[in-house]
Amino acid sequence: MKKKILALLMVATMALGLTACGGGEESSDDLIKVGVINNDPNESGYRTANVNDMKAMFTKENGYDAKFFYSLDNDEQIAQAEKYINDEVDYLLLSAAGTSGWDSVLTKAKEVGVKVILFDRTIDADSSLYEASIVSDMKKEGETAVKWLADQGLSEYKVVHIQGVIGSAAQIGRSGALDSKVAENDNWTIVKQQTADWSQEKAMEIVQSVLDSGEEFNVIYAENDDMAAGAVAAIEKAGKTHGVDGDIIIMGFDCNKWALEKLLAGEWNYDGQCNPFQASYIHDIIQKLEKGETLTEKTIILDEKGFDAKTITQEDVDKYGI
Amino acid sequence: MKEKAVLEMKNIHKSFPGVRALQAVDFTLCEGEVHALMGENGAGKSTLIKVLTGVYSKDEGEIYLKGHEKAVAIRSPQDAQNLGISTVYQEITLCPNLSVAENMFIGRTKGMGVNWKSMNKMADEILTSLDIPAKSTQQLASCSIAVQQMVAIARAVDMDCKVLILDEPTSSLDEQEVAKLFKLMRDLKSRGVGIVFVKHFLDQVYEICDKITVLRDGQLVGEYEIENLPRVQLVSKMLGKDFDDTSEIKDDSLTYKGEDASEKIFEAESLRSNAGIKPFDFYIKKGEVNGFTGLLGSGRSESVRAIFGADRVVGGTVKKNGKEVKIKKPIDAMKQGIAYLPEDRKRDGIVGDLSVRENIVLALQVLQGFFKPFSKKAQYEFADEYIKLLDIKTASADTPIKSLSGGNQQKVILARWLLTHPEYLILDEPTRGIDIGTKVEIQKLVLKLASEGMSVTFISSETDEMLRTCSRLIVMRDRKVVGEISGDDMNQTKIMSTIAGGGRDDAE
Amino acid sequence: MTQNKVEKKTTASGLFGRLFRHQLFIPIAALLLLVIFNLIMDPAFFAIRMEINNAGNNVLLGSLVTILDSGSELAILAIGMTLVTSACGGQDISVGANIAIAGSVMLRIICGEDARAEEVSVGIVIVAFLVAALVAMLFGAFNGLLVAHFNIQPMVATLILYTAGRHIAAWVNNNTLPKINDTSFGYIGGYIPGIPIPTPIFIAIACMALIALVLKFTALGLYTQAIGVNENSSRLNGINPKAIKILSFVILGLCVAVAAFIKVGRNTTINYSGVAKDIEMDAILAVALGGNALGGGRFNMGASILGAYVIQFLTTTLYACNVESSELPAYKAVVVIILVIMSAPVVRDKLKDVGKKLKSKKNVEVKEVG
Repeated sequence: MKKKILALLMVATMALGLTACGGGEESSDDLIKVGVINNDPNESGYRTANVNDMKAMFTKENGYDAKFFYSLDNDEQIAQAEKYINDEVDYLLLSAAGTSGWDSVLTKAKEVGVKVILFDRTIDADSSLYEASIVSDMKKEGETAVKWLADQGLSEYKVVHIQGVIGSAAQIGRSGALDSKVAENDNWTIVKQQTADWSQEKAMEIVQSVLDSGEEFNVIYAENDDMAAGAVAAIEKAGKTHGVDGDIIIMGFDCNKWALEKLLAGEWNYDGQCNPFQASYIHDIIQKLEKGETLTEKTIILDEKGFDAKTITQEDVDKYGI
Repeated sequence: MKEKAVLEMKNIHKSFPGVRALQAVDFTLCEGEVHALMGENGAGKSTLIKVLTGVYSKDEGEIYLKGHEKAVAIRSPQDAQNLGISTVYQEITLCPNLSVAENMFIGRTKGMGVNWKSMNKMADEILTSLDIPAKSTQQLASCSIAVQQMVAIARAVDMDCKVLILDEPTSSLDEQEVAKLFKLMRDLKSRGVGIVFVKHFLDQVYEICDKITVLRDGQLVGEYEIENLPRVQLVSKMLGKDFDDTSEIKDDSLTYKGEDASEKIFEAESLRSNAGIKPFDFYIKKGEVNGFTGLLGSGRSESVRAIFGADRVVGGTVKKNGKEVKIKKPIDAMKQGIAYLPEDRKRDGIVGDLSVRENIVLALQVLQGFFKPFSKKAQYEFADEYIKLLDIKTASADTPIKSLSGGNQQKVILARWLLTHPEYLILDEPTRGIDIGTKVEIQKLVLKLASEGMSVTFISSETDEMLRTCSRLIVMRDRKVVGEISGDDMNQTKIMSTIAGGGRDDAE
Repeated sequence: MTQNKVEKKTTASGLFGRLFRHQLFIPIAALLLLVIFNLIMDPAFFAIRMEINNAGNNVLLGSLVTILDSGSELAILAIGMTLVTSACGGQDISVGANIAIAGSVMLRIICGEDARAEEVSVGIVIVAFLVAALVAMLFGAFNGLLVAHFNIQPMVATLILYTAGRHIAAWVNNNTLPKINDTSFGYIGGYIPGIPIPTPIFIAIACMALIALVLKFTALGLYTQAIGVNENSSRLNGINPKAIKILSFVILGLCVAVAAFIKVGRNTTINYSGVAKDIEMDAILAVALGGNALGGGRFNMGASILGAYVIQFLTTTLYACNVESSELPAYKAVVVIILVIMSAPVVRDKLKDVGKKLKSKKNVEVKEVG
């Protein structure tokens, strides 16, 4: 009895989760059937923007019969991919939670003629298994940011480097650019380099510990906006100034709307974009493939900007804020 | 070995630290007989069965089985099973989510391979031959409890068993189901299986059994043919009181009889709870000490639990001083001035990790209310007062109650209830498992309280204790009130004959 | 007889026995260990200095202040977790998710539709807190109902909210991240002008005072422990175990709301997907570190709260030692292992034996010297 009630509740919860994610609609023959596998929209603001962008693009009006699936679990994603393949979708759009384990299911897709397009994230699989991959160049994002920082012309760079989850593409790209710059230049030093796992609270504790130790620093290089916000909270509490007219330069990534507002207010200095608006790129590719055209490039790099507090405008905030 | 015997246990001894559970017990089971094993709590029935089934190892003695020249060694339940001794317990020990056939053959298939088809076929054959209304592929949980029990028996029988032990098999069955079970037992009997039947209900024992072996305090009282042992004799043998003992002398110093003229303080009509007792009427007068008596499992505890609202009350009315009151749960009863010292001290009485002080204050605190806690100082005053009053042996009021001896734990629980100054005190087996000195103290206290005007219901497995303290006894058998004894009738003989009952006709 | 026995025990194992048996032994020993470790690593760890922050206020800074400050949420949650543990013999693992919900509700009310609040009045903050507290307590009651009424294991019952909670939090604000831009709102998580001590410390002290009063002026402590030790017996003494169990979850819900209030105050926003992640594990650890039985029954509130600060001490120490934050759980796991082993009856008996031996050895030595 107890078990039954529990099972019922679990099922109810799951059902709730599923409806929240939105189910598929009736299929129709003249529409292009796409199966979208994405990460959980609640993972971050970036992901929410990405999911909303995808949903807005792949509608019946635009000629698509789309089904969406969200999970942060690679195995669940793989299982769902198999389902989509069995459902005979035309295109499988994939933002993989993990980089490995996809070979067999994508081989199967290829055998039955399902075309695979990767977006947002790459995987460790032979490139013949997918048609195209639309990605951010995280290394370029990092390089753009570091170049901007170097242009500030400080006599000495004492950087507190707050990293994302170690091993993630964003962390590797964004850390790499800074690491090589520090290695090349004597006036660049890392005061503290630690991962805060993308978390605001952990970033705050890390910066707090630097402040407690009394070590001097003049740059916060946080690999996402949340962590930059956490760092700022600690800095403000300790009574340091930051931003355009302050002692400490604040740098973040992802271009959350609220972060860009901080830039506009001069409290932060730089925010690097990580473009979540990928649906239009995918749409273009599908249209080309439907017309029988061949793609000139397999890997399509998203256009990404970096914003400086001194030059950012309200329009930028509205347009690029996520 | 006797000619027709399938099992003979000779001179069995078994001791546990501090207890001699079995002393020189003999037991003989013949082919095709149903043999009842009778005795009150602690008589040694279950120890004997556990020795037979290999759960305990015996200290001394021999076990002979038909077909074995020498005494057999039973070192584990597996050994017992291999020798053809099977046990079916009160609680179903099968897997309810497996099929009937799976349950019958679980753990018995040789090697890894299972041939489902042949297994189901075999199971069906056995079920049909025993006339058990179940299909091999049915999920066990979908069968009634009786059928589940029968499947358990079928499993046992199929394992080529010569000795079948049924330990309280009918407890959770209704009358029709019991009838079905008995039919199955007779069937097995005719096939030559020897059945050991452990059961407290006299009616059932007299209906199905051929012989009775009575144990008391770990010793063999005797083996009797059923027709040669009237019920009254059986009860007297179980209780260890001579039926003809009329030379009983009452200790007047310990006896107090309630005033006859006084008013009924509590009165219940066709009270019923979900614990499976028949509806009963009950009353108690101011300053009276009465008691419920009957064999174990007769429904004594269930009756008082219904009065206190400890089990869910499903019918009947309760009046206090002639006015109807609603008692649905313990707090209702407490508010009406009822206190209840439960039978199972460890499970229902003590709050083990809490201190003596907290245990004493608990009930009064609950009565006083959640928002009016007693100060530490008041708590210590209460605790110290009752520790002194009842002479509770404890290092301090802050000692956890679980580190006290049984008798002192019981006194703490008693203190807890006395502190609430109840009008009506129910004591369910207050003297079980405690030393003689404390027993007498508690009896004296009961009489003193009654003389001060408190009404008391006193339950004890020891009838002489009840005779000494109670002025009126309510007798129960098979979960039903079957009589009331008071005045000059208050003696062992009368109690035993009432417990035993006249015959089968007065049961339902 | 019993009296003699008990006395004998006390003298036999002597001071050691009493020390090991005392509930505060484990948290205090752990605390001392951390203090010694830091003294060896870097005595500057204990330095407290006064600085002027950019709002022009004098503020106290230093690792010790950080520990007290950052440990506030955990200490508050430990209060509720202790009660739930005691009454239900299990733990609530949905605390973090419930914080995300309560925080999101606060932000929703303060920031409204457009997810931004430039100026915030005291009134709306109070309303937001009260509504969030109500929501958190309702979710607590839901957990409590599953545990008390349907007899589901607390960890299993709260798994439901653990799984669904952050989705609910996301839904509350339409997946947006609202932000409060009024600097005075930051006082809640930072400093109130003119007071050099972080505000969360005061909030934590207020909560501790409140629970102390509740325990003093109601029979909550006795009821909760009685149910945890022996539910049957408690019922037969007129206590309503179901009500008390649900109440313990509701109190935890209130603690959650206060913790969420501090979290929102610290950041002037929260990220529903990451806020207070795994904080339930730390809260459970705090209860265990306080020497309370995780199987329910007797509890010592002070020890749990001390346990919470010991955990924060550990976290801050590890940050100071440049341990990667992703590796923190590994260090905590070591603490858990030591705790579990220490509280195992086998080890406790061994410790007592060691204590006895040490004592008898000492006696022998004394004799030899004499």
